[in-house]
Amino acid sequence: MSGRTTALLLAASFALGSGSGAQAADASKSPRGHEVFEKWCTPCHGHGADKPGTVALATLYQGAKPAMLEERTDLTPEIVKHFVRTGVTVMPFFRKTEISDADLDALALYLSSPGASSTGG
Amino acid sequence: MRTPPGVKQSDFAQAVSQFETAVGKQYVYTSDEDVDLYRDAYSPFWGESEERAASAAVAPESVEQVQAVVRIANQFKIPLYTISTGRNLGYGGSAPNYSGSVVLDMKRMNRVLDVNESMAYALVEPGVSYFDLYRYIQERNLKVWLDVPDPGWGSPVGNSLDRGGGYTMPEFRFHFDCHCGMEIVLANGELLRTGMGALPGAKTWQQYKSGFGPWIDGIFSQSNFGVVTKMGFWLMPEPDAFLSGTVTVPRHTDLIPLIDTLNYLENSRICNGFTELSSPAMGLPAADDAAPMSPELAAIIARAVDGNSADLDRYAQSKGLGAWSAKIKFYGPGKALPVQWEYAKERFSKIAGATFKDGELIKLPLTPEQKDKVHKPEFGLPALSVFSMGARNANNPTPTNGHQWFSPIIARSGEAVFEANRIFAQAGREFGLPVPPFSIPFFFWERSFLFLFGFPVTHDVEKNKKTRAAFAKLVQIAAEHGFGEYRTAPAYQDLIMNTYSFNNHALRRFHERLKDAVDPNGILSPGRYGIWPRHLREQRK
Repeated sequence: MSGRTTALLLAASFALGSGSGAQAADASKSPRGHEVFEKWCTPCHGHGADKPGTVALATLYQGAKPAMLEERTDLTPEIVKHFVRTGVTVMPFFRKTEISDADLDALALYLSSPGASSTGG
Repeated sequence: MRTPPGVKQSDFAQAVSQFETAVGKQYVYTSDEDVDLYRDAYSPFWGESEERAASAAVAPESVEQVQAVVRIANQFKIPLYTISTGRNLGYGGSAPNYSGSVVLDMKRMNRVLDVNESMAYALVEPGVSYFDLYRYIQERNLKVWLDVPDPGWGSPVGNSLDRGGGYTMPEFRFHFDCHCGMEIVLANGELLRTGMGALPGAKTWQQYKSGFGPWIDGIFSQSNFGVVTKMGFWLMPEPDAFLSGTVTVPRHTDLIPLIDTLNYLENSRICNGFTELSSPAMGLPAADDAAPMSPELAAIIARAVDGNSADLDRYAQSKGLGAWSAKIKFYGPGKALPVQWEYAKERFSKIAGATFKDGELIKLPLTPEQKDKVHKPEFGLPALSVFSMGARNANNPTPTNGHQWFSPIIARSGEAVFEANRIFAQAGREFGLPVPPFSIPFFFWERSFLFLFGFPVTHDVEKNKKTRAAFAKLVQIAAEHGFGEYRTAPAYQDLIMNTYSFNNHALRRFHERLKDAVDPNGILSPGRYGIWPRHLREQRK
């Protein structure tokens, strides 16, 4: 309800996903993983100051790491799977009827496969 | 393998085996690893013995499979707990009221069965999320809007059955109100259709709501009398344009004529969007990441809440702030909306000192750039930005693990807002409850206000215990003053149902008679919204 205000304030403070030129997850390595990300992750981890996951990671890393998961180059399949199935802070865990084990494998591959460059989020 | 209470292990093993035959082995979940994913991530009992937990989960993908599962459950007297998407976080999640129930997870029933642009309706299954339905409509370029709740991953079916709300026009904001026709699997496995759907071959199931005879749809919401497998919804035709305008009034007590005027304008449909009320003087509602309020201002507000608003008016004047601002919204023809706003201004001008700010007239549909800037739900766009609440941000270095809502319904008048705030503030002082300095009412419902107190959920048992005690005290105090909550999580459903006690709990006793009649073995979601089957009524707290 007051997320808009949050969004406006934080937009001024952080670079919430830069876009072009970033080392980004490579959809060609896992097209299904990219689809899973688009469906399940972008509403919180997409580009923009109204995305709580992106804002939280921008605050946590203070620029030391990208706020956008798709721009990270240090994610391993294991860490992706861990957060999806255990959640963290306000992020809940996801059931297998939502993200199946096969889809989670694809997502983990996608987020741990940085490409040379991308247009990003 | 966990076993539901009162069920023999050998019976449960047989039931699970039959569930597997009915839906496929891979869609019956019995390992701890899989079943733990059905915990309520925002449970206020997290990690305590009282946290409600499932024994297993079963995920059918068709109506026939739902019927088969229910029949098996009936045979072995296995308690089920039905979820649509189980993403009702803050008002409950995927965990059952009755620990040991088998979650009947409808997520795989995710078909959009029909969307009709001309007659502006949709027919969907329970596993369809708002995101899914939005995507379906966009892919077909249909000119209809959804009314979405804050969490877009919820399901139109589930959210409506929980009687959730949204942000567009009044006739769409109360999601259960805009449904039209249901299909339900009863506890004996029989299939029932309501409204015109009861007529074989009906051509108007999603066009005429009540059908013939008693209109029973309501009893399937906030309840446990059946498993809804299809539901129709009326959709909003895409409007030509959107306009907002803001009126600001100078004195704290101007809230009374301000709300009277807003009521007239909305009830007459002169404005038809989600009004946002705020207090510039008090700096409320505060942003999720706002800095804490100064003690000086808190003291001035406390005096105003107690009925002496002179200092607050002086403070507002010295800062050049209005006491109240209402941003009102209009959907409709671009040519008509400025005229409607002009008329609204005329009405508000009767309040001495009222000032106005014109908003931008937005031609619809929105461009992608505009979509990024607006409050998405007001434009029928599903989102998850509400989860910024409690999340890590510049002013919140220690995020919570979730939230829970205390949500009383308050009458739509300035006097009622002042009265409710006075009562809650007094209770806050007397019992040390975490009551906000002043609750700004929300305009979700047509004829009433909603107060929303968001309480954090943590993984600290002691903190959660304190919050639960505060929550329970607020429920009690609200009820003593005639305020009831509209919705709550399983943890508080018995507590709140207990306050709807007119004539020795006549309503709850009626629910129980219905329950005994339509679900004699009490297998469907025992305890949901305080409705326990006969053999478990002693469970009620």
